[in-house]
Amino acid sequence: MSPRPTRLRRVSNPPVISGFKPYGGKEQTEKAGTVFLHFEEYEVIRLCDYEHMNHHEASKVMDVSRPTLTRIYAKARAKIAEALVTGKQIIIEGGKIYFDSDWHTCNSCGCYFNQPEKNIEVLICPLCGSDKIENCEAMNEDMAGTHRQCSEKCVCPGCGYEKLHEPGQPCKEQVCPVCNGRLMRKNNLLRKDI
Amino acid sequence: MKVAITSTGNSLESTIDPRFGRCSFFVIYDTETGGVEILPNPNREAQDGAGPASVQLVSSRGVKKIISGEFGVKIKSLLDSLKIQMVVYKEPEKTIQSIIEMLKK
Repeated sequence: MSPRPTRLRRVSNPPVISGFKPYGGKEQTEKAGTVFLHFEEYEVIRLCDYEHMNHHEASKVMDVSRPTLTRIYAKARAKIAEALVTGKQIIIEGGKIYFDSDWHTCNSCGCYFNQPEKNIEVLICPLCGSDKIENCEAMNEDMAGTHRQCSEKCVCPGCGYEKLHEPGQPCKEQVCPVCNGRLMRKNNLLRKDI
Repeated sequence: MKVAITSTGNSLESTIDPRFGRCSFFVIYDTETGGVEILPNPNREAQDGAGPASVQLVSSRGVKKIISGEFGVKIKSLLDSLKIQMVVYKEPEKTIQSIIEMLKK
């Protein structure tokens, strides 16, 4: 069986520069080579070391699990350390990422929209062409957060029996006392509206 | 630029479909030529993965903007990485014709 494809990491903004060059080295260090820092590794350094988030918070921002975030962080530090010690230049590129876009709302026609192209400034509504638009943070939070939240309840898809979820006890290994079906987490059922 | 609008029927008199992945039809409107193409959605009855499959369908037509009532959770990251703009328009009574009129302005 082939492995699960890598989850796309959310990066809020592309970095302001595309890399770093060493200077002041001797002849041989100038040809030391290049370290390719991925966008997700740049983002994790930005979140953890610049914004001072902990790994748990940063993992939510990047839409990956906490252990994955820690792995990306370890890799990022290893790459930066390699560049510093051996005098390699750093180029920031690549990685399994997407740039998150801001949501806006139009007060004229009432629509919500985003702008995935970062370098185009949002001035008019893409639907009605009105300039009465404003940034809307709540929409972004709302859409990004929906599938990460886990319901507190386990539910039986067959008969609708519900019980409180016990941490450490996977719901799918529990049996419904009413109809002997397998339980599942409550909000997993509601995902079919995509 | 091509714009996809989700539709409940296969004419311009039909109303906008509030769902993206499982809408009945896609109306693809070309803002430059004014041409309209109507595609039935093969993923209408799909059990799961309707959203990503529909994204693939519309992006293969070169669409740069999608107007729909709602987008599922799997869609946003996909469309962001494909640089397709999403417009959420929650007016289920609006006909496709009136939305095209709005785009023309």
